Amino acid sequence: MRHVLSVLVENEPGVLSRISGLFSGRGFNIETLNVGPTLEEGVSLMTITTTGDNQIIEQIIKQLRKLITVIKVVDLTEMQAVEREMMLIKVNAENGNRAEILRTVDIFRCKVVDVATTEMTIEVTGNQGKLCALVNLLSRFGIKEIARTGTVALKRSMQLD
Amino acid sequence: MELTGADILLECLKREGVDVVFGFPGGAVIDIYDAIPRYSLRHVLVRHEQGAVHAADGYARASGKVGVALVTSGPGATNTVTGIANAYCDSIPMVVITGQVPTPLIGNDAFQEVDIVGITRPCTKHNYLVKDVDQLATVIRQAFYLARSGRPGPVLVDLPKDVVQAKTKFVYPKSVKMRSYNPTIKPNKLQLKKAVDMFLDAKRPLFYVGGGVISSNGSEELSWLARNLNIPVTATLMGLGAFPGDDPLFLGMLGMHGTYAANMGINNCDVMIAVGARFDDRVTGKLDAFAPEAKIVHVDIDPTSIRKNVRVDVPVVSDCLEALKGFKELAQARLDEKDWKKVHQPWVDQVQGWKVEHPLTYKIDPECNKDSGDGKIKPQFVVETIYELSKGDAIIATEVGQNQMWAAQFYHYNKPRTLLTSGGLGTMGYGFPAAIGAQLAFPDKLVVDIAGDGSIQMNIQELITAVCNDLPVKIVILNNTYLGMVRQWQELFYARNYCATCMDAQPDFVALAKAYGAEGYRITEPEDVKPVLQEAFALPKACIIDVRVTKEENVYPMVPAGASLTEMLLV
Ligand SMILES: Cc1ncc(C[n+]2csc(CCOP(=O)(O)OP(=O)(O)O)c2C)c(N)n1
Repeated sequence: MRHVLSVLVENEPGVLSRISGLFSGRGFNIETLNVGPTLEEGVSLMTITTTGDNQIIEQIIKQLRKLITVIKVVDLTEMQAVEREMMLIKVNAENGNRAEILRTVDIFRCKVVDVATTEMTIEVTGNQGKLCALVNLLSRFGIKEIARTGTVALKRSMQLD
Repeated sequence: MELTGADILLECLKREGVDVVFGFPGGAVIDIYDAIPRYSLRHVLVRHEQGAVHAADGYARASGKVGVALVTSGPGATNTVTGIANAYCDSIPMVVITGQVPTPLIGNDAFQEVDIVGITRPCTKHNYLVKDVDQLATVIRQAFYLARSGRPGPVLVDLPKDVVQAKTKFVYPKSVKMRSYNPTIKPNKLQLKKAVDMFLDAKRPLFYVGGGVISSNGSEELSWLARNLNIPVTATLMGLGAFPGDDPLFLGMLGMHGTYAANMGINNCDVMIAVGARFDDRVTGKLDAFAPEAKIVHVDIDPTSIRKNVRVDVPVVSDCLEALKGFKELAQARLDEKDWKKVHQPWVDQVQGWKVEHPLTYKIDPECNKDSGDGKIKPQFVVETIYELSKGDAIIATEVGQNQMWAAQFYHYNKPRTLLTSGGLGTMGYGFPAAIGAQLAFPDKLVVDIAGDGSIQMNIQELITAVCNDLPVKIVILNNTYLGMVRQWQELFYARNYCATCMDAQPDFVALAKAYGAEGYRITEPEDVKPVLQEAFALPKACIIDVRVTKEENVYPMVPAGASLTEMLLV
């Protein structure tokens, strides 16, 4: 199963390599990994998406907690969380297709961030499902390039059950 | 007053109670060496950096203190990697200080530059590159704290030359605060109670103990529990000495070369109390068939150890000593309730029956290959004789291979910290430098390295370190002219294709010992084993005793890799 882990780390040189090294060295899978600073100086938040059965996820979480530079690990899969990813997608946009592409962009509430005579670059944010749907829809026009950030996530303030 | 980084380092070592450092100098650490004579610190100059780390490791295992090694940058640092990985696998408290090129040169492929922090990231508990002399004291303080607390382990501190030369005010931090590091030391009370209820009421309880009992100094509590509740004990290689080896409740080591009684005990117990052991694959054999009838209590200070390999019914995250104390307290309160000894007696009888049925043994064949000139001396007999002569009061280090297994099987470790062996990594070349470290910690004890002819050649250069430091370490080579353990696998599982395991091209170990200024003996007849060892052990000098043993002797029992513990090949 896919899990989203929120990992608070001391922002020291090498911390990313400690974490990625833990995954590669122990044969765990990283699907996406995203890092950025937090409100607190010297502390960064990593969002890691990974897959594995319960026993593997338990090991991943414990092994992460064991790293000296890791402050906190939360498995967001166990709670309600907001998940977003940003993607830039460059698509073939010949004259005949433009209107259709722009309609799709509208429906998905994305932005066109670059246009040329034969192609267009679109910015989109959303959860994995939305991003996949857009890629699917646009693929018939011919997708030239994609850049994705990987998931970022935060626990929802209200945990309803 | 301002001090240089070198002085700050040495002041910190003093405050950490370090009395001996094993090291090898070089350009990047020359400033530290320049300062050493001003301190009452014993520096032991080894001949290879791997030797320094293993010696620090042996010192740590024998004494319970933190071992310290000091080496230069680049090749000095890379030479430590095996020793560090070895200490990491066995959770040995150690601080390794490496020199580094000056900070402005880092990343420039400078002379003798290597990213040792990057290289050792996966095999240290933690590591540091100190970029500023103002951080130095804090980092050293943290390094020692991390090395010895929680699950112990090696910590590496990389010191650039300009940091060592820079000056600042020396402030030794009063305490260590690391918000991201809070090992759980005290056990959860509820879990403790669950565990005690479970093993008291069990019909067939069994202690399975590992190195964690030794490193937490939990042996006394363990013995109290086993004896007062009448629960048999088996130990891993790392756990030997945690419970007296000659106690009737002791079943010997379990696992691949474990005893029949221990492995049958595992197979038949209904509650297993695993303490400070990690269910290594050399111990469990085929996982699905491991302790099939048992509910498992697992005590470990490292949460990652729990449920890594086996299902666990009662996890107890805790320092082993603390958990054993907790068990004892709860059990004491229930002592009047029932005669627990009696409750467990039928099981103890059964287990002891297995001990009698298949004891550890070996075949003595008086006609043994007379014509081929093969040795007539059984290696097991040599180990037994070492036990007899030392009355079990020696510190035994081992190399790796058959010698290590025989040392585990035929010497009884009655006290903790008397067996120094590379358990997790299986590092040939570990034993001799480790013995040097132990002898430094205990100058008056008999320290014996039980060695193979292959392994001893991996760090033989440390003979001169032993000689010039007046360390009377004894090296007993069980010389079978083979890389015996690999040959055993080739014999049993590879149709006797003895490829690259014959070592009959050998140095003259006796002459070699003498060349280094040590004493050398060779034994070829069984009747000489005892008197020659006796003489060598009495000599206040480092000795090599080259014992020509039966060449194709195998270690039994043996559970083939991947088989279940009940599928033992017996003698
Ligand atoms: C550094 C290292 N290299 C290789 C091995 C693989 N290995 C395990 S046991 C063994 C044979 C050891 O031979 P020897 O030291 O002569 O001991 P014996 O088994 O004959 O007692 C070897 C090569 C190892 N454990 N460590």
